[in-house]
Amino acid sequence: MANLACEFVGIRSPNPFWLASAPPTDKEFNVRRAFEAGWGGVVWKTLGEAGPPIVNVNGPRYGAVWGADRRLLGLNNIELITDRPLETNLQEIKTVKRDYPDRAVVVSLMVPCVEDAWKAILPLVEDTGADGIELNFGCPHGMSERGMGSAVGQVPDYIEMVTRWCKQNTRMPVIVKLTPNITDIRYPARASKAGGADAVSLINTVSSITSVDLDTFSPEPSIDGKGTHGGFCGPAVKPIALNMVAQIASDAESEGLPISGIGGVTTWRDAAEFLTLGAGNVQVCTAAMTYGFKIVQEMISGLGDWMDEKGLASVDDVVGRAVPNFTDWQYLNLNYVTKARIDQDLCIGCGRCFAACEDTSHQAIAMNPGRRFEVIDEECVACNLCINVCPVEDCITMEELAPGDVDLRTGQHVVADYANWTTHPNNPGACAAE
Amino acid sequence: MANNPFTPGIAAGRHSSEVLDRNFADLHPPLDRHEALVAADRCYFCHDAPCVTACPTTIDIPLFIRQIATGTPEAAARTIFDQNILGGMCARACPTESLCEEACVREVAEGRPVEIGRLQRFATDTMMAREGHPYGRAEKTGKRVAVVGAGPAGLACAHRLAMHGHEVIVFDARQRPGGLNEYGIASYKTVDGFAQAEVEWLLGIGGIKVEQGKRHLDGPDLDALIKDHDAVFLGIGLAGVNALQIEGVDLQGVDDAVDFIADLRQAEDLSNLAIGRNVVVVGGGMTAIDAAVQSRLLGAETVTIVYRRGRDRMSASRFEQDLATSKGVRIVTNARPVRAVGDGAVQEVEFQYTRDVANGLVGTGETFRLAADQVFMAIGQTLEGASHTLEIEGGKIKVDGSGRTSVPGVWAGGDCASGGDDLTVTAVAEGRDAAEDIHKTILAGREMVNETPRPGNEPG
Repeated sequence: MANLACEFVGIRSPNPFWLASAPPTDKEFNVRRAFEAGWGGVVWKTLGEAGPPIVNVNGPRYGAVWGADRRLLGLNNIELITDRPLETNLQEIKTVKRDYPDRAVVVSLMVPCVEDAWKAILPLVEDTGADGIELNFGCPHGMSERGMGSAVGQVPDYIEMVTRWCKQNTRMPVIVKLTPNITDIRYPARASKAGGADAVSLINTVSSITSVDLDTFSPEPSIDGKGTHGGFCGPAVKPIALNMVAQIASDAESEGLPISGIGGVTTWRDAAEFLTLGAGNVQVCTAAMTYGFKIVQEMISGLGDWMDEKGLASVDDVVGRAVPNFTDWQYLNLNYVTKARIDQDLCIGCGRCFAACEDTSHQAIAMNPGRRFEVIDEECVACNLCINVCPVEDCITMEELAPGDVDLRTGQHVVADYANWTTHPNNPGACAAE
Repeated sequence: MANNPFTPGIAAGRHSSEVLDRNFADLHPPLDRHEALVAADRCYFCHDAPCVTACPTTIDIPLFIRQIATGTPEAAARTIFDQNILGGMCARACPTESLCEEACVREVAEGRPVEIGRLQRFATDTMMAREGHPYGRAEKTGKRVAVVGAGPAGLACAHRLAMHGHEVIVFDARQRPGGLNEYGIASYKTVDGFAQAEVEWLLGIGGIKVEQGKRHLDGPDLDALIKDHDAVFLGIGLAGVNALQIEGVDLQGVDDAVDFIADLRQAEDLSNLAIGRNVVVVGGGMTAIDAAVQSRLLGAETVTIVYRRGRDRMSASRFEQDLATSKGVRIVTNARPVRAVGDGAVQEVEFQYTRDVANGLVGTGETFRLAADQVFMAIGQTLEGASHTLEIEGGKIKVDGSGRTSVPGVWAGGDCASGGDDLTVTAVAEGRDAAEDIHKTILAGREMVNETPRPGNEPG
């Protein structure tokens, strides 16, 4: 079986599945349960500076988006950083790390944007024996109003400055956790690198309002009739997170910067996808909050089986394997021509492909007598919307036209050569091939 | 308990009240809200959906299911009632397995269709639990229409006419309105007095007067009705039953299945309803199944359905056949009764095996006997007492696509009329469509015909 043990910025863990800094990692009790269940590591819920702890609301902290059968697709939270005394957390971190030396224990931190605040807390954390720190520059709610969290993460200069303070004041590896609430994720990643960060982790939650109560007209979660924006997470944010991870992994300016992938990891498959796009490990929260810690067992078996099937011996063999295939639109092969094909034996005749194509796309599916749905090659642009709306897996597939075949839509013969937009005659800025 | 399934002869109280209550409980219990959401989510919202095509009343099934899925079951109910005002009963009584659910693409894909019937019940129950009636009436037209028969066809016709602003008087021969909904459908499909509750709810639209215990079937009656009203709709069902011409049919214990079913529906206390120890039901339709299953549920020790042709020719759906066998009913096919045997009361029925040949059914000569304390005949109903002035076709009142009979001013629909299956849902469709045609006909020339609001547009 594949070896899932991994080393991330020098921190070893028996598998690449860490629990993200969040409610599940706020206390020794929870973290012990997580380690007993098999999690490779945790990022302890964000600690603030010494003194009176912050307070949380005393009403609901979460809003939710559900799919069928109340499957939780996304969760929004307005919980702040830990509301327990700093000393309590530090003591518990020390105890847990002592008892689970083989697991990764990283501590998330968020203190005011002044060097003394960081200088004060870093030695305290170091004293616990923790493996590293994660700088919470991501939380979009609550703390950001006080100039922390995403308020820092949205200003690359601040990221670089605080990262540098930390690197100068601790021997522990520094992971910078990034907010997705920004226009181009590469800038904060570059700033992290410039500040000396050992790694970045992303994404933190996405600013959101999950729903509005249509009786009280209050955004959810509603606290005495009022709501505020929260941080959205869970399966719904995975595509956003994957793209941001890939953006950083393929950015020449932050080349080699390790990434801890976060955002909607729910199954081994999600984890594998993050790893292939350049994440060195993954962090999980919502899936654990939805199903409990036991899910890590499925993640471990699933990832291991898949790696065995692919002949990949270690996590390092997986990391970044899809990055070379992540490119800009302008480099996509315009000579790659496909057509949708409907397998009549698998088709159950629901007609969703027809409705989608006829109403919203290219009128490229014919509804023939007997509810027989067939692709009209003369109209099919190969958008694959029909596949995406078809309820039957593999009923509709895209068939690649071979070189020499005629694309009935354009009347052109398919050519074998690769050609992209940069050289296309319709591109005013095209440079002729030399 | 004095009696049990082994008590000889015909006896009441073969099961305790608790067992009877359990036996006659809802066949398909209602979905709760979450179950309905999960069931609704399985609908693919097909384009030009096959289930709609398969529905005799053309309910927009994908739309109403989506309305359930989005938390608006009352909007769903309106989608249903716009097409089928007896959508509540149809949700319970329709053979969905051979209509909408048979056509469902998930039936094709996985052999497990979307539970359209139960979802329809969820939606209609939700709205019917609400105070008041959801439809209003158009401005009064001053027209009066007589409806004969308060069964599904008559009620659907009356409701649609009332909605269009006409005054309707319904004459019904029985003690209670509802027709076969009240007297014909198996108890476990319509529990807790639903049939009467539904009629009451339907009449909530106003403008409909119902007179029970009034037969208007023969020629002079029809002429009088035509004279006194702007139109007449006949939804008189099939009041007669086919008689079996065999020796011994006069023996005590040989009864019509429809009477048994009606008695059962009207029984105040099922533990007072007598049933034979050994019951034989002759026939192959829904009536046979309903009689047989309910005989078993009442406590008969053995119940056998005997049908003269093969299983594939039975008009009862496969689902109903399986329901019967699951309740311990034995189905014997390719046999027809030769004689009932007994001394005063029936004791046995002799059957002869049959073979289906090109020009009909022939006996093979081989016979067998079944012990029988009670025999229910379920070999079909017949039109009874329709006015001789009406043209008859295939034993039914001949109608055109709009329900018009051969007599001007007279429409007909439901089981008594030609065309369509003898189903509640078909009767509703025919009553509704006849009402639309009556409406157009009696207001011909008036501008307001076109202005009459369509169902669904009136204030609630």
